[in-house]
Amino acid sequence: METRSEAAAASAGAAPSLLPPVFRAIVSTVVPAATELDGEAWLEVERLVIDSLQQRPRALQRRLRLFLTLVQWLPALRYGRPFTSLDDERRARVLARLRDHSIDLIRVGFWGVRTLALLGYYGRDAAARAIGYRPRHDGWDAFRP
Amino acid sequence: MNERGYDIVIIGSGAGGGTVAQELAPLCRDGIRIVVLEKGPKLAENEFSGREIEMAQALYEDGGGFLTSDGGLTLAMGVAYGGSTVVYTGTSLIAPSRVIAGWNVPGLSHSEIERRSRKFMEQNNVHFLTDDLINENNQLFVKGCRRLGYNVQQFPVNLLGCRGSSLCNLGCPNLAKQGTHRVQLPEAERGGVEVVTRCEVERLDERSVVATVRPRGVDEKGGPSSWEPGTYRVHGKIVVVCAGAVGSPALLLRSRLGAALPRLGHGFTCHPALILVAEHNRPITNFVGHPKSYYLDQFVESDGYVLETCMYFPFTTAKSLSGFGAPHAEFMEAFPRLQMILVLACDHPAPENRVTVDRAGHPVVHYRFTPAVKRALASGTAAAARIFFAAGARRVHVPAARPPTVEAERAERLDDLIDEDRFRPGDVTVSAAHLQGGCGMGLTARDSVTDSFGRVHGVPWLFVADASLFPDSVEINPYLTIMALADRVAQWIRQNGRDLLAGA
Repeated sequence: METRSEAAAASAGAAPSLLPPVFRAIVSTVVPAATELDGEAWLEVERLVIDSLQQRPRALQRRLRLFLTLVQWLPALRYGRPFTSLDDERRARVLARLRDHSIDLIRVGFWGVRTLALLGYYGRDAAARAIGYRPRHDGWDAFRP
Repeated sequence: MNERGYDIVIIGSGAGGGTVAQELAPLCRDGIRIVVLEKGPKLAENEFSGREIEMAQALYEDGGGFLTSDGGLTLAMGVAYGGSTVVYTGTSLIAPSRVIAGWNVPGLSHSEIERRSRKFMEQNNVHFLTDDLINENNQLFVKGCRRLGYNVQQFPVNLLGCRGSSLCNLGCPNLAKQGTHRVQLPEAERGGVEVVTRCEVERLDERSVVATVRPRGVDEKGGPSSWEPGTYRVHGKIVVVCAGAVGSPALLLRSRLGAALPRLGHGFTCHPALILVAEHNRPITNFVGHPKSYYLDQFVESDGYVLETCMYFPFTTAKSLSGFGAPHAEFMEAFPRLQMILVLACDHPAPENRVTVDRAGHPVVHYRFTPAVKRALASGTAAAARIFFAAGARRVHVPAARPPTVEAERAERLDDLIDEDRFRPGDVTVSAAHLQGGCGMGLTARDSVTDSFGRVHGVPWLFVADASLFPDSVEINPYLTIMALADRVAQWIRQNGRDLLAGA
């Protein structure tokens, strides 16, 4: 049976990644529905994240890059493989360990990466529509025709 | 460097700066030249798209993601013509008398705050929404509170022609919210005050400020500044700093006033807030209608928290839910069935919670949750969860519990399930939008930064008029109190500023 990570790789096709590949793997673990995104949608996820990061301090951008590297290679110590080569269950286990870590910096790093994953995924109009969020400027007028 | 000369320079255009601008505008008739320098842009009426990420990037500092130094708290600060009054929900409450008494600022009485607040309630069309404009997200809060015997109250709001888009926090697309961008600033401009947008003040010198005007970026919302991009020295006989509880102390610190004002940056409070979410069995009206119509403050003195209704957008909601994967996604996919409550902890000044600047002069906010704040967030979470269940929710997301999903059957065990220790950096998502303190009012430079009229101790030409004046948290939504204090500062300048304006 195809794992979510394999499905994600297939659905993303040959679309070039704007961020390190580990980011897509993290997004797919944080939001399972992300495995269904096509190449264009992935680019939209990444563009939202990149645009958001451009407003942020450079030090924070450096910390993010460092943390993504950590997520990618930390599993090699335990599983002998980087994050992107793990199955879905192990990926979730790695992220849960970071989330619950006793060191503040690591927890905050995970929180930051998770926040960006959620921003990229749920910041898209298509994701908002998919979960039934459909606000209208004309509010009550649209609701009570 | 470009040079500009004015009599009065106002830095910031939010609840404080916008109010000061309007109240000083009559001086323009006597030839007094007044300018407002605003860091953010002025958006055109058709630029409020309601799209979450796009509007957050256009209207908030750091796109709404400004973090405290340890990353444990996200601070929301509006940056636009009108400051944070563009992005709040318009809730307009008068500060409680016990709070003003507790501030113990010589010469500042509750009756004066109330009188000035009522003036702006009238100016900004503050009123209660009628029942037909209250959505089910709010109605269920009222229902749950009443079933539990709680004294729920309705927010007065400053709206005119609200259509119920629910998008207040992204800037009202219908221009219904009567913030300073709709009322005080246009009135000030009609009176002769000049407003310069995209103009960030770097530092204060003797009776002048150094500021940089940024060009409008490609695809950036808002019009260009009325001044050419570049660096300016703007002379002013009086300077009024209204850059907010982070921006104002940071500006004074960058201007090397810290040595003479040891309390500068101290006393920072922010009402740390937790967004709680519950799921009902049926869709409810939640993303239509005003999002914040009711509140519950009966536990503020005993337990240190206030509950408010709220309704946020997909990304903000997703960020507020703890965890990830399928359980997280299940809540998100239930969006039309979600009810939300905001828990605000009424924090008080703590020595470690303060504003500083880094080597580049950027503001750094140091904030740790005190044991009292953790207790307040935990107690508020339990109360909110009880309200959700009393309103008929089938399950509640409790971010400080493991696992966070609490079904109705486990409601009896709520107090045991909530773990105060989870309110630590990188765990539960906590944010704050009521930023206060940092330039607190008082008697002398030993205990404060300004006197009760916002005059900075030892610097006669320099005033502060924003939430940074609060010596302690106001324990309610702060905007009317900011306006009342700004009105007081402006009145002092109108009545007593002649010598300063004459250059004496």
